[in-house]
Amino acid sequence: MSKEKEKVSNSAAEFYNSKETIDGDIATINFGPTHPATHGIFQNILKVDGEKIISSEQTVGYIHRAFEKLAERRPYNQITPITDRLNYCSSPINNLGWHMTVEKLIQAEIPKRVDYMRVIIMELARIADHLICDSVVGVDTGALTSFFYPFQEREKIYELYEEICGARLTTNIGRIGGFERDFTPVFHTKLKSFLKTFPKAFSEWDSMLARNRIFMDRTRGTGPISPERALAYGFTGPNLRAAGVDYDVRVMHPYSSYEDFDFIIPVGVNGDTYDRFMVRQEEIRQSIRIIEQAYGNLPEGNYKADVPDFYLPDKADVYNNMEALIYHFKIVMGEMEIPRGEIYHSVEGGNGELGYYLISDGGRTPYRLQFRRPCFIYYQAYPEMITGQTISDAVITLSSMNVIAGELDA
Amino acid sequence: MVLSNEDLKSQVEALLGADILHSEINFDILSIEVAADKIHAVIAQLQKDEMLRFEFLTLLGGVHYPEQVDREFAVVYHLHSWKHKIRVRLKAFLPLSNPSIDSITDLYPCANWMERETYDFYGITFANHPDLRRILNEDSMDYFPLRKEYALEDATREDKDDRFFGRF
Repeated sequence: MSKEKEKVSNSAAEFYNSKETIDGDIATINFGPTHPATHGIFQNILKVDGEKIISSEQTVGYIHRAFEKLAERRPYNQITPITDRLNYCSSPINNLGWHMTVEKLIQAEIPKRVDYMRVIIMELARIADHLICDSVVGVDTGALTSFFYPFQEREKIYELYEEICGARLTTNIGRIGGFERDFTPVFHTKLKSFLKTFPKAFSEWDSMLARNRIFMDRTRGTGPISPERALAYGFTGPNLRAAGVDYDVRVMHPYSSYEDFDFIIPVGVNGDTYDRFMVRQEEIRQSIRIIEQAYGNLPEGNYKADVPDFYLPDKADVYNNMEALIYHFKIVMGEMEIPRGEIYHSVEGGNGELGYYLISDGGRTPYRLQFRRPCFIYYQAYPEMITGQTISDAVITLSSMNVIAGELDA
Repeated sequence: MVLSNEDLKSQVEALLGADILHSEINFDILSIEVAADKIHAVIAQLQKDEMLRFEFLTLLGGVHYPEQVDREFAVVYHLHSWKHKIRVRLKAFLPLSNPSIDSITDLYPCANWMERETYDFYGITFANHPDLRRILNEDSMDYFPLRKEYALEDATREDKDDRFFGRF
């Protein structure tokens, strides 16, 4: 037996291939498509030698919903609900990113107040997104308590969304040109109380995991990636920063007045699960800083831009004013005037650079709309990251990468 | 150092010369059209150039223009230079009769799935791609759904068309 092994062990792959055919030591197992540890519908076919992963192959597309095709027949304002369903852990970022893309195309001038309101909402969404991802890393390492603590805080963020737009998960927040209403008095009260209580609750939760010996031993060195490989695989967002590259769209191409705020881009060193976790934790603290700055300096002004072609007029005006009635019909029937052009606009989403490539031929719908879905691009690196690791490491690597099935499959 | 689009345009023109078929600044991105057989060489030049360093592939995808004869498909690349904080858009047009272009997976490994997705939805094939299969759609599908001939229901229609409700 051992002689046979020596004969064929020229390369690791050959060795394992022969091992599989000769004595059947290699097992093929399905990790997913529906498995409690995948947190979404995606399949990984793992080849394992005992507990060690030799190779893996992903299958994606289980919840493909043809968003890019759907977008080719929908008027611009009807595309916002599609974007909700990409990364549904931080849908407001997707919605507002889309609105900013259209505003760039129609060259609308956006009031400073709208920018700051958007920043507050997007940073709340980032906190909600990171809370889920980091608490799920906790669950997968066996700490179920750490899953329930942040959900109380996330609930408060969802209540804030509710106060702005009435929805919680698939928010469809805002409009092209601004918001449907200003922040309500209840929102102000709730946001103030959130800013007061959240940092304490957050550090309490953080202290359960961040310097926890068991958690650190479990996550350090798990699923690592070097900065070079991360760049080659198109990593963006917290995963890239965990590998030590400080690319952040908010800083490199500031949108929505991000240049006005003072915040730090945390970076990791090893690109492993622990670094990804820690980068997200620090980003939550920085998001709080940004919200405090934006809310503290919230400019006076209007909560909407002057874009009557896109912004649905007030109901009272529709009933009493001919012009508003015409605009109302034009928007509802999707007959807005759209300039021709090609736009690429990106925002820093919950898990990376979320981009919109829009081609308009002047028609009522986009000629082509392509989403840059960050996790579709960086999920390609997953087999490389888990090869040589154990199955339980593959689970926490997957959850720490924040792969969201809705975004993966479009 | 931050480059402006005009500076980038002159630098790219100096670097690529006759390979550029057409270039324009469309909103905030310089858009360059390149012949399909040159695309691999051009992207390699942009990536390896010491000055420009377009080392990050942001997005790769297809577009279908059924009216343009012999230029029915476009493959669109967005590259990003973090050194200069600038993006560039490259386009290559392909004929319907032979929608094939070189793969850039050897330059940017992340192009792998994006090229598979483009193949999946448009039927554009990428030469030298390591594993060109469908990715989001089912393997047994025999058409390419994002092509314009597969029209979705017309939203402005005045009467209901039974074809769209599964009744023929």
